[in-house]
Amino acid sequence: MLNFSDLLPYSHLLLQGLWVTVVLTLYATLGGVAIGTACAAGRHYGGKALRGVIGGYVELIRNTPFIVQLFFIFFGLPAIGIKLTAWEAGLLAMLINLGAYSTEIIRAGLAATPKAQVEAARVLGLNPRQVFFRVVLIPAFEKIYPALTSQCIIVMLGSAVVSQISVMDLTYAANLIQSRNFRSFEAYLVVAAIYLLFAILMRQVFEWIGRRVFRHRRKAS
Amino acid sequence: MALVNIDQVHKYYGDLHVLKGVDLKINAGEVVSIIGRSGSGKSTLLRCMNGLEAYQEGAIIVDNKEVSSDEKQVRLLARSVGMVFQSFNLFPHLTVGENIMLAPKLVLKLSSKEARELALDKLTKVGLAEKIDEYPDCLSGGQQQRVAIARALAMSPKVLLCDEITSALDPELVGEVLRVLEQLAADGMTLILVTHEMNFARDVGDRVVFMHQGKVWESGPAKAVFAQPSTPELQSFISAVL
Amino acid sequence: MIEFTNWDLLRNLLLATRWTIALSLTAFIGGALVGLLLTAMRLSGRRPLQWLVRGYVEVFQGTPLLMQLFLVFFGLSLLGLDISAWSAAAFALTFFTSAFLTEIWRGCIDTLPKGQWEASRCLGLSFQQTLGRVILPQAIRVALAPTVGFSVQVIKGTALASIIGFVELTKAGTMLNNATFEPFKIFAMVALIYFALCYPLSLASQRLEKKFNGAR
Repeated sequence: MLNFSDLLPYSHLLLQGLWVTVVLTLYATLGGVAIGTACAAGRHYGGKALRGVIGGYVELIRNTPFIVQLFFIFFGLPAIGIKLTAWEAGLLAMLINLGAYSTEIIRAGLAATPKAQVEAARVLGLNPRQVFFRVVLIPAFEKIYPALTSQCIIVMLGSAVVSQISVMDLTYAANLIQSRNFRSFEAYLVVAAIYLLFAILMRQVFEWIGRRVFRHRRKAS
Repeated sequence: MALVNIDQVHKYYGDLHVLKGVDLKINAGEVVSIIGRSGSGKSTLLRCMNGLEAYQEGAIIVDNKEVSSDEKQVRLLARSVGMVFQSFNLFPHLTVGENIMLAPKLVLKLSSKEARELALDKLTKVGLAEKIDEYPDCLSGGQQQRVAIARALAMSPKVLLCDEITSALDPELVGEVLRVLEQLAADGMTLILVTHEMNFARDVGDRVVFMHQGKVWESGPAKAVFAQPSTPELQSFISAVL
Repeated sequence: MIEFTNWDLLRNLLLATRWTIALSLTAFIGGALVGLLLTAMRLSGRRPLQWLVRGYVEVFQGTPLLMQLFLVFFGLSLLGLDISAWSAAAFALTFFTSAFLTEIWRGCIDTLPKGQWEASRCLGLSFQQTLGRVILPQAIRVALAPTVGFSVQVIKGTALASIIGFVELTKAGTMLNNATFEPFKIFAMVALIYFALCYPLSLASQRLEKKFNGAR
């Protein structure tokens, strides 16, 4: 009953779609974690107004669906003069989304850094910027690294929705293929499997990076 | 002028009056032990000496610099005053060498090569030169504390503050840390220790300061104070801990 | 083009919100029941069952919810079952929810010290007694906050049902947008309604977390 051979002629579409998903994920991860780091620092050290603004951003994003955020950016923003291509809108939505979640995750890491570590750095004469980047940030990231990894994978999987605004990602490729060969179940099954493999691979890559960045763990054990 | 001048210092935590007019002068090269019960204000006093804690009245001048908890002033004082903590506070993501090199590179603007030579020199002093590329997690508590001492020494401080630096150690590891302190004392380093090691305070220290209820209750030459405590509070403290 | 007042828009969106709530409740309750079953299988100590649960969780956590929706929707019709968008969405979201709840609950049970199991065994309690009298009462306290927190993900997940044509809040938003061409206003309204549904649950989850973390 299942017939996968009808998919073969379209494998190039799948590859192109996968590439778009990979690139979107890469940019969203790098940018989203950067946004999260900046906002977490702002929320941890900033004044009351700044903390309030960042808190509002985080809660607004975490309590609304990604697809609505995407539609608002792609369909709604042009109404106030901000026109984005589908690809730009998709990436922006992913950045904003991951930025909010990683803000919350990274903030928990900053809060868990012992105050004594900061004191030790201060009495050595480091200025606040040096204390943050040299002493606080890396151990904080190490504590929340598994949670951050999971969140990046969740955002990658969530990116399937950008196909709805015609970003030609992996899901878009599946939609296209099933509209041509009418093998919808097979097309989505194969694409789901590709997502699963990509998620597993992403976790491996994150772990590999983690082992390199947080070297002392490995040496200690 | 003495190296450390503490003049009528008062400190409050909210309504709590923790330091009630402390006067203390410490000269270069002295080894001073601050003893007393917990809650007597001894750690607070030590933490006031490099600006980690703010004080509300009086004045502290160290190495001709006014001490305050202002961010810039704390940084300036870091060149004169070193500190070692009870919980070591080594940076876990940096190797032993990187821990020591961090401040000399960032604050004193030493080159990597100079900083590494400096780190090696200080590590040799505490007997851990071979551990320079290890991570703190791989070291015993006593070794970690010796690295923390080396890290503080790398900034060439005029005075080293030691805040109960053996209290978190297993008993068999205390000796190696005290031996490093003894060596520093013999080299002429100014040491101010908050400590529970009474034998060390008596045998190595020049002077003992007994704090009680936020004041310097009694102070004098180490051996004399232990042999002949003049206040009943110190007498009962000594008989309780020795 | 039909004229819609703001009130018309809001009223239509709120009417559709009923379906978002209905779908969320169905998926959450269904997911919790399936999740309980999976958790029991995991705790049973039988290897094949444990692998099965692990594979299930891995697959549903490692693939997009959108793919799960499509596969249920097209898979069941492939089997000759004519399935409505509502049923497909309810099934897919139930599976999705059960996988995440199973994983959350496993984490909660794992945080309990091993000594609890050992102490119970030494007292002569059976596996069922240990689970029912010792482990679960403690685990439920720990699990409450993240479970409530996950309900927010379920509500947000129902938005994807719009893609297979089920008319809930998001779908109503896109339909109204097609009729009025006021995307900025409409999607802002849609977002605010979701926020009104989700934020109280997020707050409740945070409160519970503080309460039980403080109690321990």
